[in-house]
This record gives sequence, structure tokens and C-alpha cells, in this order.
Amino acid sequence: MRGRRARERRKAWLLVAPLSIGLVLFLVLPCLGVVAMAFSDWHLGQENIGFAGLDNFSELANDAVFRRSALNTIIYALSVTPLSVLLGLMLALLIESSTLGRAFFRSAFFLPVISTTVAMAIVWEFLLHPSLGPVNALIAALGLPRQGFLNDAALVLPTLAGIGIWENTGYNMVLVMAGLKAIPQDLYDAAAVDGAHRPWERFWTVTLPLLGPTLVFVVVISFLRSFRVFETVAAITQGGPRRASEVILFTIYQEGFVFFRIGYASALTVAFVVVLFALTLVKFRFLDRRVHYG
Amino acid sequence: MTAVSLTGITKAFKTTPVLRGVNLTVNGGEFLAIVGPSGCGKSTLLRIVAGLEEHDGGEVRIGGAVVDELPPGARDIAMVFQSYALYPHMTVRENIALPLAMRDLSRVERLPLTRYLSRRVADRRLKIRAAVADAAALVALDGLLDRKPKELSGGQRQRVALARALVRRPQLFLLDEPLSNLDAALRTTTRAEIVELQRRLGIATIYVTHDQAEAMTMADRIAVMMEGAVVQVGTAKCLYDTPADIRVAQFIGTPQMNFLPAIVARGAVRVAGLQAPIGLAPTAADGSARLGIRAEHLRLAIHGRGWLAGTVRHHEFLGAEQLIHVVADGIAAPPMLVRAASDDPLPPSGTRVGLIPAWHRMHLFDASGRRHEIEAAESTATQAGSRSLWATS
Repeated sequence: MRGRRARERRKAWLLVAPLSIGLVLFLVLPCLGVVAMAFSDWHLGQENIGFAGLDNFSELANDAVFRRSALNTIIYALSVTPLSVLLGLMLALLIESSTLGRAFFRSAFFLPVISTTVAMAIVWEFLLHPSLGPVNALIAALGLPRQGFLNDAALVLPTLAGIGIWENTGYNMVLVMAGLKAIPQDLYDAAAVDGAHRPWERFWTVTLPLLGPTLVFVVVISFLRSFRVFETVAAITQGGPRRASEVILFTIYQEGFVFFRIGYASALTVAFVVVLFALTLVKFRFLDRRVHYG
Repeated sequence: MTAVSLTGITKAFKTTPVLRGVNLTVNGGEFLAIVGPSGCGKSTLLRIVAGLEEHDGGEVRIGGAVVDELPPGARDIAMVFQSYALYPHMTVRENIALPLAMRDLSRVERLPLTRYLSRRVADRRLKIRAAVADAAALVALDGLLDRKPKELSGGQRQRVALARALVRRPQLFLLDEPLSNLDAALRTTTRAEIVELQRRLGIATIYVTHDQAEAMTMADRIAVMMEGAVVQVGTAKCLYDTPADIRVAQFIGTPQMNFLPAIVARGAVRVAGLQAPIGLAPTAADGSARLGIRAEHLRLAIHGRGWLAGTVRHHEFLGAEQLIHVVADGIAAPPMLVRAASDDPLPPSGTRVGLIPAWHRMHLFDASGRRHEIEAAESTATQAGSRSLWATS
């Protein structure tokens, strides 16, 4: 009996070994590597690596570029998250309320999610071009001054946020749609019998409360996704003009792969992940307690 | 007074007809059960009365007024769903209060904290609170008012659904299989509680179920639905003793009625070549038919002394009674069930026995399933009243 147990256990380990080795090799070790490098002064191409202690982190605390990019990222995430969640919710409700063209609208709004961001960024750059873009042509036709959406330091971050909203709304819409499908029809029927049959009353009595858990998930996911903004910045603005669109991932990329300061880039990454993790934890703790009905 | 009247209700889903001209009335204070196999349209009919489903033709009146164009909330009805449909984010108190809040408070007044701004709102809120407490007390929910549905057992959730239905004292209760999610023991006690509650409140009730025993034990009258039409409406006893249709006879009563293939010719009935000593109403046409008889109207006799001869196959001991399965000679039908008292001595399996029917309790159904009256001689009728002849021999 005991022999068979041991044999089974050996077999089990054997079966999970490929995945476990892969996980350790490609996930756990690199992560530990990043943490280790955050405490080093390694420059890419340099032979000798020295222990830097907390130097990288103290530099980070006094780095104006980092502070600027962190602030930009937070502004970006705080504008993209609520608007893309709200728009996604509205679109989902609108599309689900009627069978007319449901498949078409669903795919149309989901397209930005599956398209390549970098390619789309180029399209946006053209659309918003001060002299060649159709958007400015329209503005000019209305008799308004042309706008340098991507060259104006005051406009660039809101413009990028707009593109981010366009990108994320479809994703949120699909998640909300799945949540809507899970609401039992009986509850709508009960609400109708109880006197809540107007659309707005149905929404407040049944739809919104029962979407709660879905919405928490969507908010957290959107926040994480928007915090990771990189492609549009790298492809269109390179963080400019005058660092007005510098975001954290772009700063990390520049430090690591342009200035080759791997140690400092690693410290940035660690700080970024810790902050993100903490924010997510707080959000789930705070929101989950209010919406979980079981 | 008529609480509900349905006239010529028709309904089709796409091209499939679900209701084929249903006529039905519920009297004031009456408990009417609609019973039928799944897919017979009984739930659709209930949803049409509630206004949750639109009918294609016909008219629904509640309390004398035509309600065809009214939304569910304006029909002064309350409904209990099979799933209970409690709002998971609300406490028991809020669940029960919702119908009152929707009716008595305006959109603005329903917002939180308004009770501190307006005296009128505060008064109404107090009234609602009292009504909720009353409703909760009626179904023995006091003490659970601040819980959420997920913290309640199935039986307690069911009570919340009932309380939410009765808090507004509507004109009409609609119950859609409210007991089918409860376990057997709880179902029996809840049956009695619902009936008692309904009697006390005197509110007309339509109760949809697929369980004929539930319908028979609870309802004042039962409507049997088959394939989108009401086949028969009557008291439990009426349906049991004089089913108008073979489908009603098959559906009502446990165990199911026994059926024997029969031939009607010139006013006489023959089963497996044997003449049955019964007279027929002139309505019965010649041709193939079926004779129906319930298990308690059959007795066992010593082989050779009964009308039909057969072999005992199997016994079912049910406590207060037992059922004996007898395969009758020359009849291609499932074994006949004979009901006997549990302390009757019984023939072992394989014994040859005779069967004596209580002739006046037989039912003749023609080829279309319609029931025809039977006339049996008085002497044969009384003879069937005594105990099993097999036992006394």
C-alpha cells in the first residue's frame, strides 16, 4: 500500500516537472534576477557588477523624470479607467437591450482590442496630424484653430488617454456583457411584478447591483492595463513634448535599453510592481466586500 | 366575485403554439392549482396573467378590469418564483420592503437619507417598516430581517419570497412551483403553511405545479392542462372520481389508474374476449376503447372466482397499504395494480388469482380519450365493498 503511494507520488512529480521547471526557469528566476539587479549598479556591457545597496532606490526617490512619469501614468490611468469602464458598461447595456445588429456592434467595438496597438498608433498619429490629419481638417472646416494634439504639452496626455479609452472600452464591454448574461431573468421578472419595470428602475434595482462583482473586476483589470501604457507612447510621442507624455514603462525602457542602466531600470520595475500590487490588493479588499453576494 | 377571468388566451412561440384558447376563472378568495406535465403551457399562462409575457389573443381580467395593456407592476398582483428571485444585495427587510417602496415612495423619496429631510417620507418609511415586520411575522421570519439571502436556508428563502409577495396585500397571488426546490419533508409542512396563510388572507391564488399530489392537497379547485389547453377544472375529488379525459385519469392519482384495452360493440364492452357486466351510456360509439379502474377498486379472488384471471408478479409494501402487481391473462397491458390493506395476507409471487373490479367505479374512455358514463348493476357494486376474497378463503 505504502509502496504504491510512493510510486504514485513519484509519477505525479514527474508529470508536473516540465511545467514546474519552465515556471522556475522563465518566471521565478527572472523575477528574482530583477530584484537582485535592483540592488546592483550594473550597466549593460560592463564587466564588473557592484553591489549598490539602496542607492538605486534613493536615486529613484529624487529623480524628477521618474516623478514626472509616475504622475503622468497615474493621471493617464485615472482618466482611462473610469471612462472606459463607464463607456464599456453603456455600450454593453445598449447592445444587449436589442438584438438588432448585436453581432456587428460587438465585433466593431472589440476590434481595437485585437488590433496591434503599434499599428493603430500610426493610424492615430495620421488622424491627429496637425496639417494632414482629417480630425484637424474637420476642426478647421468648423472655423476653429487647428490643434497639435500630439505636439502640444497640454494636449498630449489627454489625447493619449483618449486613444487608451478607445482601446480599452471594447474589452470592458465584452466583460460586462458576460456579467449581464449571468443575471437571472427571474430577478427582472420579480422586479417588474414588484413595480420596478421602467428601464431606470430595473437598472438600479437589479442590473447594477448584480453587475457589482463584474464591475470590480473590470475596474481592477482596466486600471492595471492602463497603468501598463507603453506602445502608444513609444510609437508616437517618445515621451515628449518635454516629457509631457513620459510614462513609467517608457522610463523603465529608456533607462534599461537606451541608457543601459540595468540596475536602475530594475529598481524602477520593482517599485512599479510593488505599487501596482499594493493598489490592486487595496482595491479588491475595499470593493469586493461591498459587492460579493454569494 | 370573480378574481381572475381568462378568455380565449392564445400564445405561440415563433410557430409553435403553446396555449390554444385557454378559458379559466378564479373566484374571489379561491386557491386554484394549475397542474400538468412539463411543457403543457401552465407557466406561460401564469406569466401571461402576471404580465411578464404577452399573449397573442384573448383577454385577461383581474378583479373585473381588463389588464391586457398594463405592466406587471400595475396589475396589483404578487408572484413567488420557483427560484424565489430574491435580490441578493438586499437584506431580508429590504427585499420584503421593495414592493411597498416602489409603490408608496417616489423616485426621489427612495433615495437614502431622504427620511431625514422630509417628515412625510419618514412617516411612510415607518409604515413600510411596520408592514414588513407584520409580513415577516406571518411567515415566521422575525429575527432574520437583517440577514442577506445567502445567509438563509432554502426554506427560509422561500419564506422571504412569500413575505415579499404578501406584504402589499395584492388582489392576486401567483405561485410558480414554489416548493420544487425544497426537500420532501419541508415541502409537506410548507404546503400546509401556504394553504393556511392563503385562507387567512383570503386572497385569490393561482398555483402552478407539475405535482398532482401538491395540487390535490392544497387547492380548492384544480385545472388540468395538457398540450396548451385546459382539459378539466374541478375539485380534487371530482377529478379523481370522474376524470373527463383519459389524460386526466392518467395524470391524477397515485398509483396511476389501470387501463384495459376493450372493444365496444352494440352497447356491450368486452375485454380479452370477456363480457363486462356493465351498461353504457348511449354516447359511447362502437370501436376500440379503454376501461380504467383504480387500484383500490380491484380485489383479489381465488383463481377461477374473479372476472379476469392472472398471475401475481410483485408486491410493494407502502406501510399503510400494499400494491400487488398482477399480470392478467390475455391482456397486453402493464401489470394491473391492486391495492390491499397492509395486514391482508397476500398471495406469493407466481400465485394464480382472480380479479374482481368494482364495476360501478370503472371508467370507459373512447378512442379519442373522452370518458363515458357506465351503469353497473347494484348487486355487483356492493359486492366489491368487502375485503379481499383471497384473504377470507
